[in-house]
Amino acid sequence: MAAPSGASGPAAATPGQPQARHGVRIFLIWLVASAICDPLIWFVAGPHMPPGAMSSSAVSQRFDITVLAVMSAPVVLGVFIYFGYALVVWRQRDGDQEDGPPIHGNARVCATWVAVSFALVLGVFAFGMVQLVVPAGAGAGEGPAPIWKPGGGAPLQVQVIAQQWIFTYRYPQYGGMETPQLVLPQGQNVQFNVTSLDVVHSFWAYQLGVKSDANPGVNNIAYTRPERLGRFHVECAELCGMLHGAMTGNGYVVTAARFQSWAASSQARLAPVTKTLPPYAATYDPTVIPQLGKALTSLGINGAGGGFYGPQVPAQP
Amino acid sequence: MSLPARVATLLVAFAAVTAGIVFVVIHYLLAGLPVEDFTSVASAGPGGVRQVSVTMQTDAQTTVTNTPDWVSYFVKNPQTGTWDHTTLLKVPAAALVKVTILGYDGCTPLRNQVWGRVTGTVGNVEYVNGKPVSVLNSWQECSVQHTFAIPALGLNVPIAAVKSPNLCSTSPCTSGPHTVVTFSFRTPATPGVFVWQCRIPCAGGFLDGNGGPMSTLGYMAGELQVAS
Repeated sequence: MAAPSGASGPAAATPGQPQARHGVRIFLIWLVASAICDPLIWFVAGPHMPPGAMSSSAVSQRFDITVLAVMSAPVVLGVFIYFGYALVVWRQRDGDQEDGPPIHGNARVCATWVAVSFALVLGVFAFGMVQLVVPAGAGAGEGPAPIWKPGGGAPLQVQVIAQQWIFTYRYPQYGGMETPQLVLPQGQNVQFNVTSLDVVHSFWAYQLGVKSDANPGVNNIAYTRPERLGRFHVECAELCGMLHGAMTGNGYVVTAARFQSWAASSQARLAPVTKTLPPYAATYDPTVIPQLGKALTSLGINGAGGGFYGPQVPAQP
Repeated sequence: MSLPARVATLLVAFAAVTAGIVFVVIHYLLAGLPVEDFTSVASAGPGGVRQVSVTMQTDAQTTVTNTPDWVSYFVKNPQTGTWDHTTLLKVPAAALVKVTILGYDGCTPLRNQVWGRVTGTVGNVEYVNGKPVSVLNSWQECSVQHTFAIPALGLNVPIAAVKSPNLCSTSPCTSGPHTVVTFSFRTPATPGVFVWQCRIPCAGGFLDGNGGPMSTLGYMAGELQVAS
């Protein structure tokens, strides 16, 4: 923020000499620096901002990060330019024992400071809201009843099942097959139904710009549309136990034709185990999975309140 | 208090603190699990491919530790033939690992039945008491006790359960009803460390079956160290 013109300093304090217009100087330096930095950020750094352009949500997030960088750069420059200007121009010179003049109260500076800060914060708030709504949640988990849904037809349903310490993926539109492989078609909306079988995890497909908490008993829905072919990284983003660091993997975006081929072959290959799985459900509760309950009941074991094995259960059933 | 008494008190306190630190370092930080090294016993198999035989057992208890009611794996030492309480294995790269698991534990259903499918082994099959099996349905007949899974290698092997109430009660088990599960898998050509684990939440007495032996190396999780 610009200092009041002629506010202080040895040069300004000399009677009979014209006061230096520090505020104008600082403003001009700031204006030139901002005019150089912002285009550099937008045109040079922007295309390389994370998380990339592999999906609609990733593109949206990269745009957000670039816009925020362009907005914040002039603020950062203003602080550092004022700091540098003060060090150079208002430094204590040799033989100068005089204290600076006591300055207090400048309504114009205060009003400008408050107005600019308010405008910036309000602008960021409005921008953030728009960027959350328009890209259908921006790749974040929206809970079991999302209010922002993408247009363009029925999405591919992929259930993300987190468990210690791996993700598996269930495709209800392909016979309910479940596989540790995550394969997605290019150009089609995808609805991730994220849940957990045990503790709290978080599904983070970095290059897709998708991140959604995986809670047991909850279906946390996130949307995206893969745009570019290739491999993306998946990991758990919630500390979930001893091997949390090993809860990583890869997913793949392939062409629609290749996806259909993969889905058909996987469905056939996984058929023997698919028929042993429970019917597709939005969530899993380890205490009430019907088939599991039957197996436990046949052994005379009842699920403990809130737990699979409570302390009252023998150490080894 | 006299000066010598104060000095003595100070020295005793210093010695006590130092002893405590040394105790913690030795007993908790440096006392790691032994690594069963199978690289030195590798032999040349068909086609010159190195191969090793690994024998393990699953027990319903760990009476050799201060947590006797925890389930655990044991590994047969390739040099001495004794059963060691560890889950750290060192095997050669680009080798065929022939695994035999003696399952001394009773059944616990899989939480996710998808892990009833055998994957990552040679032929995607395991042999239970000599019979080839590709899927075990733990929800239909509670036929699984634990699993041996290495996610990074795509390996998943459900261990068939003992269907007898008279389980071995002292570990490592040397007698008693048990299943014999055998399978083979190939190690990658590139050295590395691959974690392995049981996928059944089999920690009795812990909420949701997690924690305890499911969250401690040396029991239901370990490392496969692939060496060049």
